[in-house]
Amino acid sequence: MSKKQNGSHRHADVLVTDPDLPAVAVDPQQIEAEDRRWTPAKIALWVGIALLGGIAWTMLAIVRGETVNAIWFVFAAVCTYLIAYRFYSKFIERHLLKPDDRRATPAEYKADGKDYAATDRRVLYGHHFAAIAGAGPLVGPVLAAQMGYLPGTLWIIIGVIFAGAVQDYLVMFFSMRRGGRSLGQMAREELGVIGGTAALIATLAIMIIIVAILALVVVNALGESPWGVFSVAMTIPIALFMGVYLRYLRPGKVTEVSIIGFVLLMLAIIGGGWISETSWGVELFTLDRTTIAWGIIIYGFIAAVLPVWLLLAPRDYLSTFMKIGTIVMLAVAIVIVRPEISVPAFSEYAGRADGPIVAGSLFPFLFVTIACGALSGFHALISSGTTPKMIEKERQTRFIGYGGMLMESFVAIMALVAALSIDRGIYFAMNSSAAATGGTVEGAVAFVNGLGLAGVNLTPDMLNTLATNVGEETVVSRTGGAPTLAVGLAQIMQGLIGGPGMMAFWYHFAIMFEALFILTAVDAGTRVARFMLQDSIGNFIPRFRDTSWRAGAWICTAVMVAGWGAILIMGVTDPLGGINTLFPLFGIANQLLAAIALAVCMAICAKKGLFRFLWIPALPLAFAAVVTITASFQKIFSPVPAVGYWANHTAFRNALAAGEESFGTAKTVAAMEAVVRNTFIQGTLSILFVTLAIIVILTAILATLRAYRHGGGKENEDAPVASRIFAPAGLTATPAEKELEAQWAALEPGRRPARTGH
Amino acid sequence: MSMPQVLHRARDTARELAWLFKGVMGENAYQAYLDHHERTHPGGLPMTEREFWRDKTDRQDANPEGRCC
Repeated sequence: MSKKQNGSHRHADVLVTDPDLPAVAVDPQQIEAEDRRWTPAKIALWVGIALLGGIAWTMLAIVRGETVNAIWFVFAAVCTYLIAYRFYSKFIERHLLKPDDRRATPAEYKADGKDYAATDRRVLYGHHFAAIAGAGPLVGPVLAAQMGYLPGTLWIIIGVIFAGAVQDYLVMFFSMRRGGRSLGQMAREELGVIGGTAALIATLAIMIIIVAILALVVVNALGESPWGVFSVAMTIPIALFMGVYLRYLRPGKVTEVSIIGFVLLMLAIIGGGWISETSWGVELFTLDRTTIAWGIIIYGFIAAVLPVWLLLAPRDYLSTFMKIGTIVMLAVAIVIVRPEISVPAFSEYAGRADGPIVAGSLFPFLFVTIACGALSGFHALISSGTTPKMIEKERQTRFIGYGGMLMESFVAIMALVAALSIDRGIYFAMNSSAAATGGTVEGAVAFVNGLGLAGVNLTPDMLNTLATNVGEETVVSRTGGAPTLAVGLAQIMQGLIGGPGMMAFWYHFAIMFEALFILTAVDAGTRVARFMLQDSIGNFIPRFRDTSWRAGAWICTAVMVAGWGAILIMGVTDPLGGINTLFPLFGIANQLLAAIALAVCMAICAKKGLFRFLWIPALPLAFAAVVTITASFQKIFSPVPAVGYWANHTAFRNALAAGEESFGTAKTVAAMEAVVRNTFIQGTLSILFVTLAIIVILTAILATLRAYRHGGGKENEDAPVASRIFAPAGLTATPAEKELEAQWAALEPGRRPARTGH
Repeated sequence: MSMPQVLHRARDTARELAWLFKGVMGENAYQAYLDHHERTHPGGLPMTEREFWRDKTDRQDANPEGRCC
């Protein structure tokens, strides 16, 4: 196939609409005219949005008083998102993707009423958001707050506009044009066997590391916390009860059972408070981190082999319910409470490489510490597959794909605000590893005050009061981001409901929902990874393809659980502090997956002959590639032990060889041996990821160049089918869409190809 | 706007929100299936509600959906 005709007129012969039905798409010229018609009211609205956004950015970036009010973060983010959505995403739609509403989507031409079911765009937006947003955007920004508020804010907002939302939108659109194919299948089709295989292995390895580090966040939040352990453990019997209720008592009553589950969950949090005050409760539920890690590993295996209806499905309902509720609650609370933030715009660590929380310089490590919320490769797995099978009309992908990611970015901004609203001294005491603070209040006070940070004067009293207020034994070295966010959220929420007496409840409420999201991601991630592994092994031993074969399922689940479980145990027992050394690997893995997804998108655009606008995927691809490859190379080659895994590995090995019995933060020979082992694994994983990603990116560049020489390439889209339904594209219907909706509504029911939803 | 009209509007909005929420939770999956069945197999016997939800989770067993971080 050579040069293509222009988007909307291509396939004009196939896409003939039924003359008995009203139009299935608004006339493109009419859309164009509506877009270009600038009424005074519309101009005033956009000028207002731009002005408000401009003022907010001025307050954040230029004025930078002693303190800055949290409301400016909200205004800066929301106004910038609106402008990006209205102008940049429309630009991508018009010039790159060119959706055609006369074409039926897979939900229409493959409709089966189950997996392929046209779903109302607003409902699907919620579905998609619930699937992409989890604990990721809540954790990364908290850790990156070390560098001050401005670097993180800028990256979250600019990153989502030009990278994260673009990736989600493009992947979703291309997958929709291919009947809902997965990223792995698209990579194989577009990049060939080598690129496709590398993408598949990279995806599997990345899923393992992501699940492991998410689990590590939960372990760190629950360690030595009887209250947290009790309430999070109770989610398992609650989910089992919900599963049985939905299966046998009242099938399909999803909202009802979710409300029951929510009430039980609240009781579990309150009950945890009582139990943490009894001596038997403390004895029973105070578990060290290694025990909790083993608990999660065993749980992860069982959850992944149990039938979905018993644990995974009900847990997912509960997680969705909490997700929507909590995020709305947090947004309302931030707008009403409007906390003052005294963290500097750029902290002392913005220009240095020795931060106690995230080691390494701002470039590239800010951009890998905050992955979810700005650019998250994992989304490419969700945006291909499930969601594209439910899209009603092609033009809705902009609202669901691009718009859905903007919402996740907003969640990240709120998490950042919550983390910034707590005292800086407390922030550093909570997030510095136990290796630095010694895990004691005195040690933490000495360490944090010794950092020489402006305006920080930590006292033991501050840490003890906070620990009492949130109902924990101690808040020192509660790393991983989740406890910090929980403290920030508790502080904001107690200003709205309940006062200081309620802080402990809000703290454990926050820990609970983070644990809930993460454990859902652990279950689902293990299950998805197991199927990918079964499929891969199936190439050599066909029997493994049969997913109902029990032994195969168990073996593959065990392999996957062993993979992330080993990394989890390694992180928990790491003498260097675990999460602080492992989190960069999480970010790098996630961004490398994004680079892979964007590389596939670039190759597809090139094959469509869209060279003039190839920069739309190429720009974020180049950025993600540079960031992750630089970060990986620093992790592999840096001579600074705090940054480079191999430098650390060699330092400890030399110390052991020299017969030393303690080195740095490792106080025993066994600990030193553990560091040697851990840095070896971390260093090897870094090499593996970056090699696979470079292979995928190179094959994509080759495919792009080949397409350039031929003026295009083979397209792998499904054949176009004429659509027989109509629905508006955005959140609200435009005048032209309303007119069409009225025509469809006037049609007698028997002749109307019904839409689902309403 | 008069008082009854305001109440009417409020009730409509509440209904819309409830519909949206149920949709996001996935509660209307059975209705969607029934609509589809009615369209494609008029007169045919659709699955009962209980059968449908069993079938749905059984399909999830074989086709897991990812959940993001």
